[in-house]
Amino acid sequence: MILHELSANNIKEKLIKREISAQEVVEDLFEKIYLNEPSVKAYLCLDKEGALLKAREIDEKLSSGAKVGLLAGIPVAIKDNICTSGIKTTCASRMLENFVPPYDAFVVKRIKEEDAIIIGKTNLDEFAMGSSNENSAFHVTRNPWNTDYIPGGSGGGSAAAVTADMAFMALGSDTGGSIRQPSAFCGNVGCKPTYGRVSRYGLVAFASSLDQIGSITKNVYDAALLLQVVSGYDGYDSTSANIGVPDYISGINSVSGNLRIGVPREFFGDGLNTEVANAVTNALEIYKKNGAELVDLSLPHCGYAVATYYIIATAEASSNLARYDGVRYGHRSQLSEDNIIDMYCRVRAEGFGSEVKRRILLGNYVLSAGFYDAYYLKASKVRSLIKGDFEDAFNKVDCIISPTCPSPAFKIGEKITDPLEMYLSDIYTIPANLVGIPGISIPCGFTTTGLPIGMQIMGKHFEEEKILKVAKLFENETDFHLKKPELI
Amino acid sequence: MKYEVVIGLETHAELDTESKLFCGCCTKFGSEPNTQTCPVCLGLPGVLPVMNKKAFEHSLKAALTLNCEISKFTNFDRKSYYYPDLPKNYQTSQNYFNIGNNGFVDIVVKGKEKRIDIHNVHLEEEAGKLVHPEASGANYSLVDFNRAGVPLLEIVTQPDMRNVEEVESYMQALRCILLYIGVSDCKMEEGSLRFEASISLREKGSETLGNRVEIKNLNSMKAVLKVITYEISRQSLLLNKGEDVLLETRLWDDVNSVSRRMRSKEESHDYRYFPEPDLVPFWIEQEWIDETRATIPELPVSRRRRFVDELFVSDYDAGILTEDKFLADYFEECVKISQNSPKELSNWIINDVLRELNERKTNVRDFVVSPEMLVELVNIKPTIGSSIAKEVFSEMMNTGKGAQSIVKEKDLAQMDDTSELNAIIIKVIEENPKAAEDYGQGKKNALAFLIGQTMKATKGKANPKILTELFKQRLSASSK
Ligand SMILES: [Zn+2]
Repeated sequence: MILHELSANNIKEKLIKREISAQEVVEDLFEKIYLNEPSVKAYLCLDKEGALLKAREIDEKLSSGAKVGLLAGIPVAIKDNICTSGIKTTCASRMLENFVPPYDAFVVKRIKEEDAIIIGKTNLDEFAMGSSNENSAFHVTRNPWNTDYIPGGSGGGSAAAVTADMAFMALGSDTGGSIRQPSAFCGNVGCKPTYGRVSRYGLVAFASSLDQIGSITKNVYDAALLLQVVSGYDGYDSTSANIGVPDYISGINSVSGNLRIGVPREFFGDGLNTEVANAVTNALEIYKKNGAELVDLSLPHCGYAVATYYIIATAEASSNLARYDGVRYGHRSQLSEDNIIDMYCRVRAEGFGSEVKRRILLGNYVLSAGFYDAYYLKASKVRSLIKGDFEDAFNKVDCIISPTCPSPAFKIGEKITDPLEMYLSDIYTIPANLVGIPGISIPCGFTTTGLPIGMQIMGKHFEEEKILKVAKLFENETDFHLKKPELI
Repeated sequence: MKYEVVIGLETHAELDTESKLFCGCCTKFGSEPNTQTCPVCLGLPGVLPVMNKKAFEHSLKAALTLNCEISKFTNFDRKSYYYPDLPKNYQTSQNYFNIGNNGFVDIVVKGKEKRIDIHNVHLEEEAGKLVHPEASGANYSLVDFNRAGVPLLEIVTQPDMRNVEEVESYMQALRCILLYIGVSDCKMEEGSLRFEASISLREKGSETLGNRVEIKNLNSMKAVLKVITYEISRQSLLLNKGEDVLLETRLWDDVNSVSRRMRSKEESHDYRYFPEPDLVPFWIEQEWIDETRATIPELPVSRRRRFVDELFVSDYDAGILTEDKFLADYFEECVKISQNSPKELSNWIINDVLRELNERKTNVRDFVVSPEMLVELVNIKPTIGSSIAKEVFSEMMNTGKGAQSIVKEKDLAQMDDTSELNAIIIKVIEENPKAAEDYGQGKKNALAFLIGQTMKATKGKANPKILTELFKQRLSASSK
């Protein structure tokens, strides 16, 4: 039996039946990491010692017959923009290269409480700004299906780690697709819950009104398991929703009643790769065969989503990233500083990479005096229109299905010189962030060159339970999620 | 002077709350640097703000008291600028939807009432404090974040004030109101109350405003008054010479009593305001407004009027009593539990209580003599006389004991037994035959001398009224 190939839930079941020990799981996993990591480079930091310590603690609990948590003994990877007390949290930026948070993010606290084992922190585009992982200040993570290709971004490290069996599940953050797009590119299940469903406390902010923490897992069941643990109200996040969390797990195999699936025309138009289009069309046929009704839809304002997103996200980012000034923590220039302005300039010139600088400049521009109404305010109004589109759609359908991305993963270096082209790879994922609804990407096929293709299911606010069921229905009918890359 | 002075004032008042605006850190003044901080108020990566409800309610209360229109919908905005005392390099404040707008404060200057319009009242967070090392040549500064995140209320007037007197009266009225409603301790020495002034001059009769100079860093009312006087003369000198007053921000240098240019309009900040996405908007329901309004106490102006109209206290005394809410409360409590005239109680409070408070540098809330104790003293005063009452009063302050027990302990009760007093009177007359003779010959002040001698003999305990009567009877009888 190869432990690292099992799903998170399988591992947990075996642990609880005491067929294996948590220590064995961790040791097996680290062997796999030592084997695959040199070619994938998913991690920025590994904590084998901490993982083994926690594993022994869980083994003791299990042998004493004590009650264990929902994630008992499951090794979890954490995107390196989520704060972990005592473990460096760098956001893949020189600015925070040596930053060790004194506190745990809400989600980290939750998974610890449920006995998960934290194995390390995964790579990302600097401050989660990017779609390819090439904006990491430290190294580029590679797609385990083909290491010449990008794993997607910004959560490419988390997705690649799960795909390469170097983690059983991972936490990510999704501002414009940073969970769903890399999950599609790496063949994982990636879920971005409703805005407010999971506390953002401890997630290093990129764009506060869009950021949402979610899961990257090997299958839908594991997604339900991880979301069950991290969802729920948190008094430390004012935007966290005080709404009860339903049981995502027990009813996951039962889609109730007639399923009406919306198929938005705008998501199947120009610029969509044929192989991706075919895979999603075939997937829709599978739903149809299982009794679902497909409803042709229009989301007319979605054409403005990318433009709207890049105004709102950069505006918020320019302000969120203002705190990195070298005064209290973070990078400090080795060059001499004549005055405080000089210090700020050096710290930020040296500490941030070019994409982060580009977005700070854009954000400051759209917020500057005289431009606020034309950009930020206008974008906020368009955002409302897009929300309206989705509200109308959800009056007619239970969920909306689209490709997760317009194309499969692209080659490293292919789009890095063309930011606009890069931004368009999030064209189908961005609307869910602007509207605040949940979205999940699941594998629905492969290209002829063997790269995974992802399909996105979006649901109404706080209807994670429903989209998980819809995703599970497809997974039960197919085996795309079971395929493994041949790495070495 | 041929110019009209136009003055507007921004007041920053630290709100009196246990914890900071967005985190649970303590707000106590004067602790060791950076001991009252946490990830939130230090602006660490990943933290989020949570609104302090008390601070919000204090702001609502202040806005209502200042007669503002309350926004049904309010939210917060980020005001961006870089400064090392500002942990996030933006201040969470309000710009687009302030809690209160279009209010006013009525002031009285030289007996004339004037209304100062309030442009807006809003809530924001305080910055930290830069500490510059004493050592000369130090190439660094230190930052203390204990104050960072303390709730701050900003009250912005319209440019309605025309001279120093109005500004002074406005500041005092505002301070008095904030203290009255209990939202700020207004301690200027601790930086709880600070001001920024904007001053411009224009030809009398002109409708257009002159170029405005803003002055920051005014940490006392005195500084505000000084800077206005300074600016009036600086600006009128410029105008007289035919020069322009520059539109600029200046800093007040309290040590040298001059204002200095901080930045010109061209260098002014672009604060890049936008709605704070980490806080949810607030809808202020009518019910909340009503509940908050119900907690606003009677304000000094109407309380003063009531003391005059209903309790027959002089306007001057009522003014003194109502300047401090707690003193006025003390007075009213005394009136409530006492049969004595409010006038008499007010005399005691203004003459004796206030004098003691000043001497002891304490406030009425910490004063040992409670209203009940003061009333007890005033009640027994007729039996001990004024001079002994004063003695008892100071004994009460030193020991915390009640008036009656002090009188008993020290045997201070007045002698009003006529036979006892007559015995002493006979003795005094015998010892002072000359004075008795003088009185008989019509020298009235001889009586005062004899009474004085009797008082001395009785250690002040003789009831002066009865004593006078007895002397008169005896001396007139003997002279017949
Ligand atoms: Zn704090």
